[in-house]
Amino acid sequence: MANLTLVQAINLALIQEMEKDDRVILLGEDVGANGGVFRVTEGLQKRFGANRVVDTPLAESGIIGTSIGLAMAGLRPVPEIQFEGFLGPAYDQLCSHAARMRTRTRGAFTVPMTVRVPVGGGIHAPELHSDSPEAFYAHQPGLKVVMPSGPYDAKGLLISALRDPDPVIFFEPKRIYRAIREEVPEDEYTIPIGKARVVCEGTDLTVVSWGASVIQCMQAIEACGRSVELIDLRTIYPMDMETVEASVSKTGRCVIVHEAPRTCGVGSEVATQIMEKCFLHLEAPVQRVTGFDTIMPYYKLELEYLPDAARIQRGIEDCLAY
Amino acid sequence: MPITNALTTTIERVSILDEHGNFDEKLGKGLIPDADLLKLYETMVTCRMMDEVAFKLQRSGRMGTYPQNMGQEANSLGAAYALNNDDWLVTCYRENCGLMWRGVPIDSILLHWMGDERGNAMPRPHHATPIAVPIGTQMLHATGLAWAAKYRGEKRISCTFFGDGATSEGDFHEACNFAANLDIPVIFFCQNNFWAISVPGRIQCSAPTVAQRGIAYGMPCLQVDGNDLFAVVYGMRKAIEHARTTGKPYFIEGVTYRLGDHTTADDARRYRDQAEVDAWKARDPITRLRNYMTKKGIWSDAKDAALREAAEASCMATIERCEQVEPPVRGDVFNYTFADLPADLVTQRETGHTHSLGQDPSQLPSASTTR
Repeated sequence: MANLTLVQAINLALIQEMEKDDRVILLGEDVGANGGVFRVTEGLQKRFGANRVVDTPLAESGIIGTSIGLAMAGLRPVPEIQFEGFLGPAYDQLCSHAARMRTRTRGAFTVPMTVRVPVGGGIHAPELHSDSPEAFYAHQPGLKVVMPSGPYDAKGLLISALRDPDPVIFFEPKRIYRAIREEVPEDEYTIPIGKARVVCEGTDLTVVSWGASVIQCMQAIEACGRSVELIDLRTIYPMDMETVEASVSKTGRCVIVHEAPRTCGVGSEVATQIMEKCFLHLEAPVQRVTGFDTIMPYYKLELEYLPDAARIQRGIEDCLAY
Repeated sequence: MPITNALTTTIERVSILDEHGNFDEKLGKGLIPDADLLKLYETMVTCRMMDEVAFKLQRSGRMGTYPQNMGQEANSLGAAYALNNDDWLVTCYRENCGLMWRGVPIDSILLHWMGDERGNAMPRPHHATPIAVPIGTQMLHATGLAWAAKYRGEKRISCTFFGDGATSEGDFHEACNFAANLDIPVIFFCQNNFWAISVPGRIQCSAPTVAQRGIAYGMPCLQVDGNDLFAVVYGMRKAIEHARTTGKPYFIEGVTYRLGDHTTADDARRYRDQAEVDAWKARDPITRLRNYMTKKGIWSDAKDAALREAAEASCMATIERCEQVEPPVRGDVFNYTFADLPADLVTQRETGHTHSLGQDPSQLPSASTTR
């Protein structure tokens, strides 16, 4: 078993699934000869050929729209959108077509497509390379939204996404692409979409998070020295509220952490569902530690924006003190 | 240094049977056998009749908004006739005639406009995609479908239809660009009918032709008289030959005219001159073909009257069938969201009628206040 980075785990998942299923095709800007700007698809074009790992024209709507056609014909396209900031042009194809095709045609045409998108801030990148738009897509019925927080989960979740009969947006937290290594089995395994993970158990408070923020949550929990249970959602939609409900019913307190802006962020959905399902168990209002309702700043001010361990720790302590 | 020519090109225009009845023997001889011509004409008349019946139905509240195909029948029909039955037909919403020729039950199309998704469940053997509402977005799907065929080593191509208005949308350009640069066999068929609801064609494309859009992508381009079934078939055969043998796209503009309103929700008298409409009525593809066949001795007024009567009967039967269709079940709001419904969606489906949305039944008081 090897210690792999997130990049290597995703690369391995793609290789293994492409060897198994020749319906899987990768397409996107720079994914072929260049191996992707983050090198996630490194070596794949050489291994599988230019007709299976395709460098497309610079056109996000085109990438997603043609992928929808490929999927309607029964292939399993894996388009990449180079940065989450460029999902904008693809939004119409995703929400007007990918999400709707099964419903629109009563199952006659479906879109088994996995859209890979690097997401989130913290890499000193230019504008529109550091955002967190998961809420937009979680709000669109017909799309599944996944965001792993590490290499092990990423491999298992990606394989599930590639095999899912419906469109999945697979967000890859770019600031941890190479920051952590985990033991990742070479053997095939899957992690079901729609299942959260209890990262560490505790009795006094539940932290719910996803993506790269999970790392900061772990740091904050260690620093505060209390018995805190951490849940990594892993899938934003469909969300595993059963795991969250069991935890918050036990601890009575919850802090939700995400990079994305506060208003109408996924945290508001989690908080509402906790209120609906755990009301009589709550000892304190649910807290949210999130990005501000501002545009994601350029990198000089980036760290002012991203929820860091200190801010998360304050949130935990405030909630415990209520 | 002398300035050289980076590119010189021309756009050809094909006309075989014109509105005055002149027929170009050289181009048109043997193009469409008489037996086929009769069936094609029958399809056009049935399509036109369906438009008339649907219009009346909408006005009497029995159907929702419906876009008529009036005047544009030859474009999609000629295309469908020239294509193989397993080439992808990726239409927008004014290609009923082509779909009918392909064998797609007209019931499907009517059910769509009657507010029933079951009309979109096009059976796979027809290789036709459902009616596409957001303008210009379906051409990318056509490109992907043809790409999949190429990937699998199939000889199948796509033919996608769109209006002059759609050539303003970004997705149109992205589709042409993908197909041309990645060598994907798509026939881009523009039904230039001069109007996008109330906006005239010169606001969408002020160039002398729409066909020349294809030059920008290095595609061969052709303009045909879209009200001339022979010209459409001739042009499509060139396009198909090119797409199938080279694996590359082709751009064809079928010049036609939208004789009716944009849809039954529109009133074209508000923005266009009757004189213009009358001038194009004289170029009606159905009239033209009828006169040609009559002059050739293979048709007659008596036959035409009989056909209209039969067409009306079959259209009324279609309407009756569609109106008798059993209502969709409430669960269908939910059941096709995903292949497997997440637990929360199942809860919404099961409790949506009896509880407020998303409420877990175990939390509720025993009395329910809603039906």
